[in-house]
Amino acid sequence: MRPLLVIAWLLVGLPAWAHKPSDSYLSLSIRNDHIEGRWDIALRDLDNAVGLDGDGNGELTWREVRNKHDEIRAYALSRLMLSADLQACATQVLEQLVDHHTDGAYSVLRFRSDCGRTIQRLHVDYRLLFDIDAQHKGLLRLTQDGQTGTAIFSRESPAQTFSMATRSRWTESARFIHEGIRHIWLGFDHVLFLLALLLPAVLVRVDGRWQAVADFSAVWWSVVNTVTAFTVAHSLTLSLAALDMVRLPSRFVESTIAASVVLAGIGNLYPMMIARRWVIAFGFGLIHGFGFAAVLTDLGLTQDSLLLSLVGFNIGVELGQIVIVAAFVPLAYLIRRSWSYPRLILTGGSLAVIAVALIWFTERAFDLQLFASP
Amino acid sequence: MNRLFIVVGVIGWFVLSDVGASYSEPYLPTDDAQVLERLSLRASDPITRELETLRADLRRDPRNLATAVTLAARYIEQGRSEGDPRFLGRAEAVLSPWWSEPTPPPAVLLLRATIRQNAHEFDLALTDLDKVLAVQPTNAQAWLTKASILQVQARYDDARRACRRLARLAASHVLLGCLGDLAGVTGQSAKSRAVLQSVLADPGLSGRERIWIATILAETAARTGAVRDAEQAFVEAFKVGIKDQYLLGVYADFLLDLRRYRDVVSLLRSETRVDGLLLRLAIAEQALNLPELRNHTAELAARFAAARERGTTVHVREEARFALALSGDSKRALSLARENWNVQREPADARLLLECALIARSRAAARPALDWMKHARVEDIHLQRLARQFQEVAL
Repeated sequence: MRPLLVIAWLLVGLPAWAHKPSDSYLSLSIRNDHIEGRWDIALRDLDNAVGLDGDGNGELTWREVRNKHDEIRAYALSRLMLSADLQACATQVLEQLVDHHTDGAYSVLRFRSDCGRTIQRLHVDYRLLFDIDAQHKGLLRLTQDGQTGTAIFSRESPAQTFSMATRSRWTESARFIHEGIRHIWLGFDHVLFLLALLLPAVLVRVDGRWQAVADFSAVWWSVVNTVTAFTVAHSLTLSLAALDMVRLPSRFVESTIAASVVLAGIGNLYPMMIARRWVIAFGFGLIHGFGFAAVLTDLGLTQDSLLLSLVGFNIGVELGQIVIVAAFVPLAYLIRRSWSYPRLILTGGSLAVIAVALIWFTERAFDLQLFASP
Repeated sequence: MNRLFIVVGVIGWFVLSDVGASYSEPYLPTDDAQVLERLSLRASDPITRELETLRADLRRDPRNLATAVTLAARYIEQGRSEGDPRFLGRAEAVLSPWWSEPTPPPAVLLLRATIRQNAHEFDLALTDLDKVLAVQPTNAQAWLTKASILQVQARYDDARRACRRLARLAASHVLLGCLGDLAGVTGQSAKSRAVLQSVLADPGLSGRERIWIATILAETAARTGAVRDAEQAFVEAFKVGIKDQYLLGVYADFLLDLRRYRDVVSLLRSETRVDGLLLRLAIAEQALNLPELRNHTAELAARFAAARERGTTVHVREEARFALALSGDSKRALSLARENWNVQREPADARLLLECALIARSRAAARPALDWMKHARVEDIHLQRLARQFQEVAL
């Protein structure tokens, strides 16, 4: 024991540790009758539990980790029991990825647990590593309907039960309406597409030159035509995609949305190209609908409230759209006669829209990151 | 008139600035040979084989006390040299068959005290040690660990009594190291330095012991402003050639006080894994206006946040210093420094509290540290300078 003598003394004043003690990060999203989960477990801990360093050189390569994926999955699943109202949920690991936390690399297990019933009381029994590392903790992030709670599992409290908040149909729809509004406002590609289409609405081509429209009723009908065409089209495909009747690859959808914004901008610069604006709005509206559907799916849809969520989200999108139109059109109408409208706003604005959308298109179509984060 | 154009422009700008936002998303590595993690132990290390053998023995017979105690002690040592607290959790797991018993065997109590002391559960650790000493009053390890905890709690008389019990139980240099460290803080630095210097002359010291004594000597000399002697003692400690994080930390502090920032950067450039050392590196980088500062500050903030998330508060001293020196949040720094002072009362803790209280112009906040200085007759030029500042500025 002698070597420990002095070591014990110095331990008191250690300038903090190289790492924090062992933690795993478990996040569970409750989706009515099933749970979508992500579990980050430190490679260092997995090595201690199942042995990852195949060649024993002290370095864990991706090959070594990949070779042990079956063991990692079996070990992790045997240490986590999820049950809904006393009935065990069947957990399936979907994929294993890698991420980095402050103390090193983690294996990320994405999984899905099917509970076969609406989850009202979720019981989580967490037993990872406690037998070999008594200071291990499991940090849980539990999400339901956009609300997040946290909890910590430790050797002293390895099992905890959570009651799910039940929501009324009205609050549920309200949430989806809100999400719809939020999405159209923050989804700049939809806003830019709409604005690009509306920019020339207060003008009319006479002998190859832009002229201000004489009265509001002409503007009104042009706007209503465009917006209605866009709305009908995207509602149609949004419904088809949300009901899982049609599916398109997201990269194709996102790239085409970007391309639609570019084309809408070009259409303003070369108005000869486009005879009827509403045809463009309708045609590309179809593809924008698939974009909305992707967001809606991410929000978590449950079979029993699918229609309600769909309608709510759609109403939200239309409300958000009306606000944008209501803010833009009167303003454009007021300044339509000014010298700068056709030149600065229509031409300049369209050029700016095209530039932004081209960047999106390049990034989405070729999977690039043109502007690195600062 | 051109408002609309501005609106479009603003939207465009927003979009462009949003494009670059990157999120930490898990990924699928594409290269099989990519090294994801470096372990602190290789399979070829002798210690790994020893640990594996002990683990295998214990799997066969989990209640074998002798094997469990040996393995737990190895884990604690490993945690110390790697700076990896995971090893303490492993030690605790190995001891779990006895951990919750009303009266665990003395060998388990002793290790439990060491583990608890690391979690800054000082009072629980002292209770464990007293239980050991009740049955084994000649257990030198228990007396030394007790003395070290009492010193951190600024209970100097009790600490001195615990040290003296080592007189006939351990080699004389252990007793002198224990007493010398105490004397250096409590107004007898000249005597302490003379004694420790003579201990260092003993060629029979082990490497770790030499580092221990030399470090105490260096710290004591530095506190009294004897820069040259301190430097010499630090050189003596580094000459042993065993890497020691505590030594690196106090030497970096010594260099920071002398404004030798470039030396700090070259000393700690490759020590970014240890939070306390990364903190000192970042402070030096700040003084030199180096570009690495930004990343290091963000990294430290993330690590403190991660530690808080798991609910541990072992890093309060470092976090307070981080808030004071790097993130410029002096209010938070003061509250952390006070929280820290309630647990640890060493010169470094007092200095932190005084610095934070001075910025906050709060004599009340500084009072505990000022009282401690007077009461223990603390010799430390930095603390005395801070105390004078409190007298000079009318608060």
